[in-house]
Amino acid sequence: MGVEEKLGNMGIVTTTLETAVNWARTNAMWPMLFGLACCAIEMMAAQAADYDMSRFGMELMRPSPRQSDLMIVAGRVSRKMAPVVRRLYDQMPEPKWVIAMGDCASCGGVYNNYAIVQGVDEVVPVDVYVAGCPPRPEALIHGVVTLYEKVRSETFKDLAKA
Amino acid sequence: MADYHLEEIPVGPYKHLVSERAVTGETMLLNMGPQHPSTHGVLRLLLELDGEIIVNCVPDIGFLHTGVEKNMEAKTYLKAEVMCDRLDYMNPLGNNLAYCMAVEKLVELDVPPRAQALRVILVELQRIASHLVWLGAFGLDLAAMSVFLYCFRERELILDIFELVSGQRMMTTYIRPGGLWRDVPVEFEAAVRNFLKIFPARIDEYEALLSKNPLLQDRVVGIGKLSAQDAISYGVTGPMLRASGVEWDIRKARPYMGYEQYEFKIPTRTQGDTYSRYIVRIEEFRESLKIIEQALNKLPMGPINSDNRKFVPPPRSEIGTSMEALIHHFKLWTEGFPGPKGSVYNAVESPRGELGVYLEGDGGPKPYRIHWRTPSFDNLSVISIITKGHLVADLIAILASVDIVLGDIDR
Amino acid sequence: MDNRLDKIVQVLQEKAGATCEEFRGELHIFIHAEQIVDVLTFLRDEHAFSLLSVLTAVDYWPQEDPRFHVIYQLTSLTQNMVVQLRVPVGGSQPRVPTASQVFETANWREREVSDMFGVEFEGHPDPRRILMPEDWEGHPLRKDYPLGYEEPQFTFNFEEIDLRKPYVKE
Repeated sequence: MGVEEKLGNMGIVTTTLETAVNWARTNAMWPMLFGLACCAIEMMAAQAADYDMSRFGMELMRPSPRQSDLMIVAGRVSRKMAPVVRRLYDQMPEPKWVIAMGDCASCGGVYNNYAIVQGVDEVVPVDVYVAGCPPRPEALIHGVVTLYEKVRSETFKDLAKA
Repeated sequence: MADYHLEEIPVGPYKHLVSERAVTGETMLLNMGPQHPSTHGVLRLLLELDGEIIVNCVPDIGFLHTGVEKNMEAKTYLKAEVMCDRLDYMNPLGNNLAYCMAVEKLVELDVPPRAQALRVILVELQRIASHLVWLGAFGLDLAAMSVFLYCFRERELILDIFELVSGQRMMTTYIRPGGLWRDVPVEFEAAVRNFLKIFPARIDEYEALLSKNPLLQDRVVGIGKLSAQDAISYGVTGPMLRASGVEWDIRKARPYMGYEQYEFKIPTRTQGDTYSRYIVRIEEFRESLKIIEQALNKLPMGPINSDNRKFVPPPRSEIGTSMEALIHHFKLWTEGFPGPKGSVYNAVESPRGELGVYLEGDGGPKPYRIHWRTPSFDNLSVISIITKGHLVADLIAILASVDIVLGDIDR
Repeated sequence: MDNRLDKIVQVLQEKAGATCEEFRGELHIFIHAEQIVDVLTFLRDEHAFSLLSVLTAVDYWPQEDPRFHVIYQLTSLTQNMVVQLRVPVGGSQPRVPTASQVFETANWREREVSDMFGVEFEGHPDPRRILMPEDWEGHPLRKDYPLGYEEPQFTFNFEEIDLRKPYVKE
């Protein structure tokens, strides 16, 4: 009865601007190549043929922070590496998200000592934490899908406040 | 350009490592930083470049320093084993084996033959898995992306076997002091035999793609030559040493875990360049398959753990009926077993070289000092001499052939 | 194997005043700090111990004085032998002459020992920290250096630790 019926055959879709913006942001989120330790190997396995991440548009891992919008911190962050992580995060353009992959990035993991930052949220603000040591590729994909749901539920009011 | 006067370029703390041309500005100092697609992990290389040619290459490590040696001093012998998987994260079962053999040497614990044979099978499977990741990364660095995808497809088969046996794909902690965690399930033999059937054809596939490929040969033959004398002086071990002509493999020279019963060759080459290192590792695939097949055919029946209940926990079925078993279980899980005063050193052959554990006890339940002699530490130190005079693109190929794992280097 | 090693131990005992111990089939030879370079050169040239596998240290504070034992382990590839040398050093500024002229692998390994333990190697061409950041203070593997243990967050102390933890806000 509304506009959709009349315009449907002409290949026109109506939606809200928010949904359109969020759809554009999630459908081809490019991660930055940031594998630090063992979780990087599981991230590579998630990228490879058996658990394909390119169905999420993530087949390209961009080494340059200027061209990526997702930083998957995969592995333990040592005290020497922490300023580098922060600098790379600052170099990424908005909008940007961070997934803390694995136990060491979420909370320090097995290592509770002088050399490891106890959770990368002491250095960068994290959106999704993926648990596991190392998390299975399916767990990483679940984390990515959770991030997508989070992004899809963002409204312009939240973005304006930030 | 000689009459153009430049002020001194601030070289900073690296002044004694770069040539004088860097200070005058004739050569450029380039930082190949910790985050880079081709450094395998967080490695920082400071390159002094004359155009595209490398004059000096100074590695800066420590970005993954985890403080494992100090942290393991705060845990009991059994609980500390969890940390050692994550050192050389391509080879967790090998790290477990090195640590458990050191503990067994320290407390004089024997391992039954079935456990020895199963340990050999799992460690050789782990060697194949580690070399598959190396081959994938090697191909990826030289822009042969399909090799990466093929290698990871094969690796999934091996990780399925590990998951069948221990429940975890990578950090299994399956090898414990005295034997193994549990016996392997009945499907293990069928899974390994299936792998042994499929894999030789896949190695031929990789060789068909890479070994005779003129593009690869142009890029890696004659690049990054390391002489045997330099290799030994720099402490290099493993496939890198064998590619330079020295036939030294700890599995043959100082055999452990029953390796003397299996027949296998040690692939060696004499040129010492990147191509030889590549060929040595491809041949190691085939030798590992031979070892696995022999071990699987000769697999003896019998107990999976040593009988000594002071160090090895009793099986759960005994705890309900025997009082001593309950007491042993309680004591092992709350306090841990004591290690005598004294120090041992145990070395195994990991996919990268000699992986050694120096373990010192002091009579208490926690290790007094543990030091990991990791092969990638010394293997990386030669990078400053073998890249002199090469182009930056050759540096990428050389770094891929050295096969470093930063967790091994920084511990 | 034992005869050849016995001969070497005899020569070292006569010339360098070394003592030796045995544990679990391994031979540990104690050498004084000033003679270590000569002993290493002797073993490398006369007896073909060409590979320096291990260079590390142990801290025995406060039980023993001298508090550090610097450990060198040499492997002979041609004769398939292994020997371990231990150098006790102590005092407020422990010093050992560098072995980097004899074995190139000692370059990085000595940097690691001086970074982790604070033992100074005289004559080392590149005495910088290797594993810790350049401006780090202290030597982590000494026994009087704390582990840096962070208190685990359980349910009973969840809020109080949460308030103290340095989360970054933006």
